[in-house]
Amino acid sequence: MMKNPAPWSKRPKRFGIKPLLFALLWLAGSFCFLVDGVVDAKEDVFANDGLHDPQGPSFGELQRPDEAFVGFPTDTVGNKVRWVKALRDGAINPRTNIVPETKIKILDMDLILGNTGDNAFVLFPHRAHTEWLDCANCHPEPFKEKYGTSGIKMGAILEGKFCGKCHGAVAFPLTECARCHSVKPDTFRGKFGVQPVAKH
Amino acid sequence: MFNPLQNTNRRISPSVLFLVAVTFLLPASSGMAEYADVVLNRHAEAEGVRPVIYPHWFHRIRFRCKVCHHELGFEMKVGANDITMAAILDGKFCGMCHNEETAWGLEHCHRCHSGLPGLKTGIRGGDKAGGPGDY
Ligand code: HEC
Ligand code: HEC
Ligand code: HEC
Ligand code: HEC
Ligand code: HEC
Ligand code: HEC
Repeated sequence: MMKNPAPWSKRPKRFGIKPLLFALLWLAGSFCFLVDGVVDAKEDVFANDGLHDPQGPSFGELQRPDEAFVGFPTDTVGNKVRWVKALRDGAINPRTNIVPETKIKILDMDLILGNTGDNAFVLFPHRAHTEWLDCANCHPEPFKEKYGTSGIKMGAILEGKFCGKCHGAVAFPLTECARCHSVKPDTFRGKFGVQPVAKH
Repeated sequence: MFNPLQNTNRRISPSVLFLVAVTFLLPASSGMAEYADVVLNRHAEAEGVRPVIYPHWFHRIRFRCKVCHHELGFEMKVGANDITMAAILDGKFCGMCHNEETAWGLEHCHRCHSGLPGLKTGIRGGDKAGGPGDY
């Protein structure tokens, strides 16, 4: 196709302008970052979140998460709050019920789920969950009350089933493999399923 | 005179520059919805009011999940609850708390109806996750 060498002789000209344009844009870009960083310090997180309408009459009345979370234990994902720790440390004390006669059930029972292929086993803590949730949020759907009988699969979790019903929606996201896959197979000597009661 | 090299170069360079520009400009112009915010817009906009934004983060500071998803009976699936303004005014759903007793009353329309026009019903996540199955 390239029978004419002429284009090569023209190239230096194009290369002459391109790096210049690139550098200019880069500069402009870095400037945006700079301005962004400066503005960020006091920027309203709702102003550009693609969700809240700044024209809404109550726009100013709503609380902003960054203001609400001051002093909470921090996280790198999700709401950027370690919710289990926030509850345990007393940073928050959310109500457990509205009607006085509602029964509050907390279960202190860890399970180790061992069907994880080459990955670390999964430690499922009932206590951390039942402090927030009721048994009925998980039993009998999506989990049967007997170890190893629910057919939990990672693929289904990633589709929003089983643990993925909450993790990836409201609880910490599924990118955090190691928070669930936390038991190293080479050091674990116990049995799968219900673990002996931990000391507290 | 057809010269593929020259032509492709001419065509690519503006788009490359555009991409570079976009990469730099994006972080400056778009924020992120807070993780687990729920947009409810099955009826709102069609009936002439702003879409509703329900913030999980705000409510979970005050209530455990079990209060809404067990005691008060909210199904844990966006759209699975038939939430309408009539039902709320009747003391159901949000109206179980937004009754001037547990929380402020329903006259503060715009605190709930606070969303941008055109939002779709669903759960949002600014950080990595956009909802179940969409980590
Ligand atoms: C379990 C009780 C409860 C339920 C159910 C409930 N809320 Fe609330 N909500 C509250 C309380 C308490 C507050 C804080 C009131 C205050 O600050 O005085 C609140 C505050 C809010 C706020 C204001 C947040 C801010 O930034 O100040 C919005 C918006 C809101 N609720 C929307 C909703 C919507 C929409 C629903 C239904 C889908 C709903 N709520 C259901 C208890 C509830
Ligand atoms: C919310 C908890 C949770 C998170 C986060 C999580 N997993 Fe899993 N994973 C599980 C559970 C539960 C099982 C099933 C264990 C069982 O049934 O014994 C599983 C099973 C697996 C399996 C075994 C094969 C299969 O299909 O079930 C693999 C591989 C796996 N996970 C990889 C990952 C990777 C990689 C990540 C991070 C991207 C991840 N997991 C994040 C809970 C989680
Ligand atoms: C967040 C979800 C969740 C909640 C909430 C929850 N569980 Fe579980 N539970 C599980 C999972 C997951 C398993 C293991 C299922 C499997 O391996 O197939 C399990 C297993 C069990 C088992 C079987 C243990 C065995 O002997 O094999 C019992 C009993 C149980 N749960 C009781 C409860 C009770 C009582 C509550 C409320 C106080 C509760 N669970 C709340 C998720 C939950
Ligand atoms: C019904 C909702 C729900 C389901 C289903 C669920 N979780 Fe959770 N999980 C939560 C909530 C809420 C927390 C509190 C932390 C947060 O919100 O990020 C939590 C926290 C955790 C923690 C952290 C505990 C700690 O001490 O920090 C682990 C580990 C965990 N979940 C594993 C699992 C595994 C494994 C499964 C599936 C077998 C599962 N979860 C299913 C709601 C759920
Ligand atoms: C506590 C939160 C809350 C408050 C306060 C509130 N609404 Fe709503 N409203 C909702 C929710 C949730 C929906 C259902 C949203 C959807 O799916 O489209 C709704 C729906 C509507 C609809 C759509 C039609 C229908 O019946 O569902 C109208 C119109 C409406 N609201 C008007 C109002 C007006 C006017 C006020 C003030 C007097 C008000 N709302 C106050 C939460 C609220
Ligand atoms: C004040 C009430 C309230 C509290 C507290 C609350 N939720 Fe929700 N939740 C809702 C409402 C309202 C919806 C939307 C329901 C709808 O669209 O029909 C919802 C939806 C969900 C969904 C469905 C998401 C989807 O994409 O389908 C999950 C999962 C969920 N909540 C988990 C939780 C967890 C976990 C907690 C505790 C950390 C919690 N919720 C606390 C009111 C609440």
